[in-house]
Amino acid sequence: MDLVVSSSASTKRIKKKGFMYQLRHHWPLFLMLMPGAIMLIINNYIPMFGVVIAFKRYRFHGTFWKSLVKSEWVGFKNFEFFMKTPYAWQMTRNTLLYNFTFIILGLIIPVACAIMLTEIRNKRLSKVYQSVVFLPYFLSWIVVSYLAYSMLAIENGFINKSILAPLGVAPVEWYSEPKYWPFILVFFQLWKYTGYNIVVYLAAITSIDPEYYEAASIDGATKWQQIWHITIPLLQTLMIILTLLAVGRIFNADFGLFYNVPRNSGALQPATQVIDTYVYSALRNTNDIGMASAAGTYQAVVGCITVFTANLIVRKIDKESALF
Amino acid sequence: MAKARRRYRINEIRTSTNLLINLLFTVVSIVCIAPVILVAAISVSSEKSIREFGYQFIPREFSTDAYDYILRAGDAIWRAYGISIFVTIVGTILSLFVITLYAYPLSRSAFKYRYQFSFFAFFTMIFGGGLVPWYIVYTQLIPIKNSIWIMIVPYLMNTWYMMIMRTFYKTTVPESIIESARIDGAGEFRTYFTIVLPLCKAGLATVGLFCTLNYWNDFYLPMVFVTNAKNYNMQYLMYETLIAVQNLLNSSNQISHMSEILANLPSESLRMAIAVLSIGPIVLAYPFFQKYFVKGLTIGAVKG
Repeated sequence: MDLVVSSSASTKRIKKKGFMYQLRHHWPLFLMLMPGAIMLIINNYIPMFGVVIAFKRYRFHGTFWKSLVKSEWVGFKNFEFFMKTPYAWQMTRNTLLYNFTFIILGLIIPVACAIMLTEIRNKRLSKVYQSVVFLPYFLSWIVVSYLAYSMLAIENGFINKSILAPLGVAPVEWYSEPKYWPFILVFFQLWKYTGYNIVVYLAAITSIDPEYYEAASIDGATKWQQIWHITIPLLQTLMIILTLLAVGRIFNADFGLFYNVPRNSGALQPATQVIDTYVYSALRNTNDIGMASAAGTYQAVVGCITVFTANLIVRKIDKESALF
Repeated sequence: MAKARRRYRINEIRTSTNLLINLLFTVVSIVCIAPVILVAAISVSSEKSIREFGYQFIPREFSTDAYDYILRAGDAIWRAYGISIFVTIVGTILSLFVITLYAYPLSRSAFKYRYQFSFFAFFTMIFGGGLVPWYIVYTQLIPIKNSIWIMIVPYLMNTWYMMIMRTFYKTTVPESIIESARIDGAGEFRTYFTIVLPLCKAGLATVGLFCTLNYWNDFYLPMVFVTNAKNYNMQYLMYETLIAVQNLLNSSNQISHMSEILANLPSESLRMAIAVLSIGPIVLAYPFFQKYFVKGLTIGAVKG
């Protein structure tokens, strides 16, 4: 008799953990998840199935699902065509090199600036600098392309007309000479995001217990020693996480920067073409779904592998800092 | 004497270092703000002075022609402005709704499937299908391409903001408050709307401003999906205008005397005036933006 009772109690306990039980007792929580879950399915998960488009000759057959199933399989043909274009190598190289530069500079400069801003004696001035350098983050890439244009326009641009002309230098055709663009693009990327990153690192620095510094300075540590042995080690986790996130996205370029700031100039393509701009142009300007989806899938798969690899490496070094 | 001037406390940097850092940041600040001032200055310069002296930080000849034109004949600009405002307001309200509701169950330790649903959202940050399938979903599965909703729907859910909101819930609402409300007989929804949300006003403001900025500055959705000039938002209209000022007239109703308008168009200053109009609201709301962004980033950086 006792045995029966206890076993029925334990089945009840097991049932309590079941999905249906949870659904019945926590249905409001499930209901709250619905709108977001539906949006994720439409916006992210269905397009993931759409990866098969890259292996098909996509034709529209009335509805989305029908077209997805009925379009003819072509295997890796789209990828073969894509890899044979001279652009495949060019855009991969550009994407990787630019992102690599952005990661390095986007780590060193903001950390250095944040440390300097905390050391400034006049705290009010420090706040003013912080507000001003944060401003560019709030402007869209379209606005940034206007700002760039006001500086670089061939005829009326500030650089050509007000700096180079008085010096007797011939005007530079900024929008048709690729050699200047690596610097211009890096400049505007830093211009837009450095303030943002400074604010992130400042937040982390201000949360460091001031007692560490007091103790260190009483023991005679110099400012440099305090920075190297207190600030940097305590920022390390944040630095690793942000770098890891950026490394994971190393195959994804900032579309606005590479498409709008150079005003989509064809002559600049050797320096400005990245995977994202290529996919967009293939889809919208030449309407080549095969090429666009091959390039897009290539980007998604390689990008995914990069995230996992980066995370794996961090996991090996310091388990606490890993993303997942 | 030298000792008297050393007013700084222990463990402060030297005066020379302090000066150097201040100098550096003065230069950086100028670099950050100068291009914006240049654009504003061009917008109030006369066409004649621009043609003669180029773009100048101080207008050689002051003129409000560009703004007069926008007031008089800028129907296309006002239309785009209206669309941007509509998309920003409606989009922010809807996405706040979606994001905050999704984040709440994930912050509750009583909810057994919180890790599964967190991963469901997080996975979309790691892998995506790319532009083409995404484009086809919104043109063929849910055909809202070219409507005003295409500029709202794809950004309704945002995993990053959702995670920030989840941290807000976790840090500002103690589980015991929720439990005692439940014991007093309040249902989940009632607890959420009358107890949890009022405690998280700062979180709502932060995520709301993130969304506002996202919608106001968006040019990517119209660039991919909108071909109908009547539905251009402000950013996309600016994109078209930078390619050629004539594009501004594509969605204008005043086609009858087009050539006359084109001849009198203060094209150089007009472009920049549109840019000033689109930056305007952001600069006005900047103190708000800054305050809450710093708060949000602090939470994201330190606790997330």
